Amino acid sequence: EPLPATPNPDYWLSNRQTSEKDVTSYNNFYEFGTGKTDPLRHAGSMQTRPWTVTIEGEVVKPRSFDIDDLLKLASIEERIYRLRCVEAWSMVIPWSGYSLSTLLKQVEPTSKAKYVEFVTVVQPEAMPGLNDRIIEWPYVEGLRIDEAMHPLTMLVFGVYGKMLPNQNGAPMRVAIPWKYGFKSGKSIVKIRLRETMPVTSWVGIAPNEYGFYANVNPTVPHPRWSQASERRIGDGFFAPRVDTLMYNGYGDQVASLYAGMDLAKYY
Amino acid sequence: MSFSDPRPAKWSAKQLGRIKPLVFVVALYPLLRWIWLGFNDGLGANPPEFLIRSSGIWALVALCLTLAITPLRRLIQQPALVRLRRMLGLFAFFYTVLHLLGWAMWERGWSLASMWDDVVQRTFITIGMLAFVPMVALAITSTTGWMRRLGRYWQALHRSVYAVAALSVWHFWLVRAGKNDFFEPYAYGIALGALLLFRLVHSMRQGTVSGRQ
Repeated sequence: EPLPATPNPDYWLSNRQTSEKDVTSYNNFYEFGTGKTDPLRHAGSMQTRPWTVTIEGEVVKPRSFDIDDLLKLASIEERIYRLRCVEAWSMVIPWSGYSLSTLLKQVEPTSKAKYVEFVTVVQPEAMPGLNDRIIEWPYVEGLRIDEAMHPLTMLVFGVYGKMLPNQNGAPMRVAIPWKYGFKSGKSIVKIRLRETMPVTSWVGIAPNEYGFYANVNPTVPHPRWSQASERRIGDGFFAPRVDTLMYNGYGDQVASLYAGMDLAKYY
Repeated sequence: MSFSDPRPAKWSAKQLGRIKPLVFVVALYPLLRWIWLGFNDGLGANPPEFLIRSSGIWALVALCLTLAITPLRRLIQQPALVRLRRMLGLFAFFYTVLHLLGWAMWERGWSLASMWDDVVQRTFITIGMLAFVPMVALAITSTTGWMRRLGRYWQALHRSVYAVAALSVWHFWLVRAGKNDFFEPYAYGIALGALLLFRLVHSMRQGTVSGRQ
């Protein structure tokens, strides 16, 4: 289903875009299984209509939004973002949506709102991966409020000019291009503004491997692999790896958010 | 085989010799599958990752099959089956080498310094490499000539395959540790554990630890 979007020249990349086929067939979405092709295989039965997104917690105007209203809340832009997975592969993807801040401003976060928590849907009939007790479902991710309000942080409804396929997090996900991919929660049903830092899913499982911040950083290795380089999906069989950029190349826009922080400690 | 004669006819070395090429072709299945998938756009979005993982899994499968030969030949009383063991062991080595080459090329860009860093910095790579080193010795000394030259030491040396098996499962377990996804490592661990337990029970029954036969 097409989703008309206007290209936003502020978020444009000259890199070759990853093919639509790879973007929509190589996914981490553990609710559908841990294999990269499991989401494509199983996500078809996820119900994405009707869909409401509830915003609650430290806000002046808590409320629920129907997904079709969210699609009309602001004009849909196309932005090309790099996506760097913590597993050291990467893609270049044209997302459609608008800044998350547009939505958050609607509910007026209070002064106590220090963090934003994203909760992914749980649909047991459609999600065979829920049986794998890898994660304590639902999947939860989170950001600091200044990260969430940053214009780069995007609410995504579509990809490649079409509505998001289920395996990519339909009907609505977030994309935070300077952070490892797992921070970008998919198929979101709840956004909770909080005073305290949420315990996000991967931090709960393996805090030594996955941090709350998860900013792309080539100098801080994952315990089981280096983060200094990445494999660009679709570059071909014998293509060399690509050097990973600090903040995935978005440092000029986001480095100031972390001024003075020890990035080896807050990984 | 009939009930009046509970002992089946023994397969001869010659009969096994005829099966061997068939087993060889079957053992090439993973390689042929990769080639077929490669030419038919079937390796997915991340072929290097697919091939590194797949070769590791098939190396483990071949290792399990190698270690299953001895229990199997006792169970079905067909000692001649041992004639398949060397070939299966060499296939386990072959797929391990491909697994290692995949890592060296796609993960480490053929840089020896970078490979060394990985080996010393990351436990799962260290364990994997510790599993590989004895395999090299086992592969080299797998020939009849080396069996003769090493005499009674040959079997002692080749018992290190148990260490290789344990280290391989440990390596696999560590690979999955960060994702809490242990089903497969456990499955291989249980399979290898059962094969080793069979040997232990057998040698205890024999009242000896020689394990010959």
